[in-house]
Amino acid sequence: MVTGHGRLGRVLRLWLPVGFFLVLALFPFYWMAITSIKPNAELYSRNVMPLIVHAPTLKHYVDLLTKTSFLLWTWNTMLIAIVSTAISLVLGTMLAYPLARMRFAGAGLIAMTVAAVYLVPQPLLFIPLADVINRLDLGNTLTSVILTYPTMLIPFCAWLLLGYFKTVPKELEEAARIDGANRVQTVLRIFLPLCMPGFISAGIFAFTLSQNEFLYALIFLTKTTVRTVPVGVIAELIRGDVFYWGQLMAGALLGSIPVAIIYSFFVEHYVAGLTGSIKG
Amino acid sequence: MAVVSDRLPGVSRSVQRRSLSVWLDRESVFSWLMMAVPLLFLASLVGYPFVYGMLLSLQDRPVAQPGTFVGLKNFVINFHDPIFWQVAVNTFVYTGVATLLKMVGGLGLALAMNQHFRMKNLVRALLLLPFIVPTVLSTVAWMWMLDPAFSVVNRLLVALGWPKPGPSWLGDPSLAMISIIIINTWRGLPFYGITLLAGLQTVPPELYEAATIDGAGGWQQFRYVTLPLLRPIILIVTLFSVIFTFADFQLVYVLTHGGPQNATNLFATYAFDIAMGAGQLGLGASVALAMLPALAVLIVALTIYMRRS
Repeated sequence: MVTGHGRLGRVLRLWLPVGFFLVLALFPFYWMAITSIKPNAELYSRNVMPLIVHAPTLKHYVDLLTKTSFLLWTWNTMLIAIVSTAISLVLGTMLAYPLARMRFAGAGLIAMTVAAVYLVPQPLLFIPLADVINRLDLGNTLTSVILTYPTMLIPFCAWLLLGYFKTVPKELEEAARIDGANRVQTVLRIFLPLCMPGFISAGIFAFTLSQNEFLYALIFLTKTTVRTVPVGVIAELIRGDVFYWGQLMAGALLGSIPVAIIYSFFVEHYVAGLTGSIKG
Repeated sequence: MAVVSDRLPGVSRSVQRRSLSVWLDRESVFSWLMMAVPLLFLASLVGYPFVYGMLLSLQDRPVAQPGTFVGLKNFVINFHDPIFWQVAVNTFVYTGVATLLKMVGGLGLALAMNQHFRMKNLVRALLLLPFIVPTVLSTVAWMWMLDPAFSVVNRLLVALGWPKPGPSWLGDPSLAMISIIIINTWRGLPFYGITLLAGLQTVPPELYEAATIDGAGGWQQFRYVTLPLLRPIILIVTLFSVIFTFADFQLVYVLTHGGPQNATNLFATYAFDIAMGAGQLGLGASVALAMLPALAVLIVALTIYMRRS
């Protein structure tokens, strides 16, 4: 679209802007990575060139894994993300299927409600929810977040799946119905197996959303043993005014890796979810 | 007779069973039964807290003590609280500037990526990283990059000739606001860029060919072909971005805790301070609810728009 010819034109209109965005996007991760393997003498010296590592060390990782509860936090984060994603996929499907396939009074209203709930940000609800969780005596249990994360994830999954379900042809279900299958059999045996790509997209997205969640985890989980990675890193690796930057960066990097690995395997599904999440 | 009377109840039972399954087979009955569990779940953990939050905002309610109804007193307190107004201004500035930067930058990113080149999928995957990595973790990295004593950003600036020791990114009130806006933009820009890229890829190439034949230059093609076709998707992405930037919490909580001197305090972080820090659940709920009018307008607009498209 910008006029320009030959190699110079291509550099100017492609590699210059793309390179700029790449450096901007990736520098903080580069900085995270090299900080985590620098010895403290290098970290807190103003005389060495900061952009490269002169004497790499794994000390910060060893400290992080042996002196803090980081592994436990990772386990908690995974458990919470997997269970709340599973709950949300099942309950999201139970909302999305009727909205995509059935004709009934009130369908429009329910679809609007689901979309609206999907858009309600947590800061609007966290104070009353904190009181509810207290009264249910669920403070400092993983159950507290496993119950509350699906409040954001169910509407999200339902919305994404609704869009996907509409693209699946109806003919197979109709054929199964004519052959005498009841509705439940049709959904479970015929329809759902056709929707795997939709479930992968919604599942990946829900998984990254629950890994990212911070506010509910911060409020509901105040004991070391039940904390998630984001809360543990903020609450326990920053002690007063003392920052253990090496350990913090090691923790930030390790905490990002599960999401990054899963994401790298399913990039296309993730992008489909990203664009699908705003269309419906 | 005896044979008939033996048979009748059996017949009626199977008729009953069939009529039950016919009833269950009706689309409306099946739908509502299927939706009952998720709807009850959302009603009890979203609907109920939402209403309960409104009730809380009308109470004087210290944590772990029973509340007393005080009417609109909390809202009156907020109205006379200069910090509350500062927080309101901060939230609007933060949302407005960050959204504008993400929109312009995201459009630039989408246009740059909408060309053919090798390893395009890899580049796209890498560009999305800031958006998928847990915000708190990448924000900690930014905190270290802007550290008062060992900021790599400042060391680069000084190396380029900036007077020592370089700007105090998180210590100076206006610079702190600029910093959180930049980091929010850094995180949200890929979302804009990649969704707009998906939109760009649906523009039929014939339209550009026709425009070229009609003598339209690069800018004119962008202005009269690309932009009008992208408008719906730009609108939706922007509404999304505005809603979640307006109610942002974690980035500010981690980076500045709302400081220095409330310069970066937003509705969400201020409500958190009052409710969780000072233990005033009622007053905190009223601050959180101050977000509701703006959010309600945005959410309703977006919901209607998404239904229509």
